[in-house]
Amino acid sequence: MESFVTLLVAAMMIIGSAFSVIAALGLIRLPDVYTRMHAASKAGTLGSGVMLIALGIYSGDVGTLTRSLAGLIFFLLTAPISAHLLAKASYAVGYRMSDRTVVDEMSSGQGDN
Amino acid sequence: MNGVQQIFEASVYIALGLLCLSFVLTVVRVIRGPTLPDRVLALDMLVAVAIGFIAVIGIKTGYSLYVDIAIALGLVGFLATVAFARFILERGQASANTKDAANNATEGNQ
Repeated sequence: MESFVTLLVAAMMIIGSAFSVIAALGLIRLPDVYTRMHAASKAGTLGSGVMLIALGIYSGDVGTLTRSLAGLIFFLLTAPISAHLLAKASYAVGYRMSDRTVVDEMSSGQGDN
Repeated sequence: MNGVQQIFEASVYIALGLLCLSFVLTVVRVIRGPTLPDRVLALDMLVAVAIGFIAVIGIKTGYSLYVDIAIALGLVGFLATVAFARFILERGQASANTKDAANNATEGNQ
């Protein structure tokens, strides 16, 4: 049982850091700020959340596990809010989308958002 | 049990190496820009990578107190991103070309 928990924590650490690398690669490779937001706020949050859960499980303490779950829920609540605010601000100020963007649904109703 | 321990220690170092790689890639995005929202987004991502670092270091050393530091860092990162978003909104219109916008931003700071 103990070795199972250790192996689970090891796997969760590697999965979480792999998600962080994928988010960083998306941040480098994607064409504009709106698509980069996808990578940073989804994969990045998932990566750090999985590693926090791994820390909670590895400590073997209910209090620590509860705190790490609370931290994960906090990140899951705040990451979309900050990404939404940043996207809205940069769209309102007029930062352009990439040339490869297929559709911009906010372009017609720019005044009433 | 010994083999499991070896796998665990190896995976700690693999995770630290992967986190270092993602940190460097995110810093490249902070430096290259090209616009202010890109840099703010990359700083937000840096906070997430730092939280991952703190979690792995906490597992490595066995101090569960690192969870509290990670939560505090997440709160600070969220507030910083919200404040930067307000700043981008207040700063006003970007130039038509994003390349020009980046140049204006760097010149405006100096």
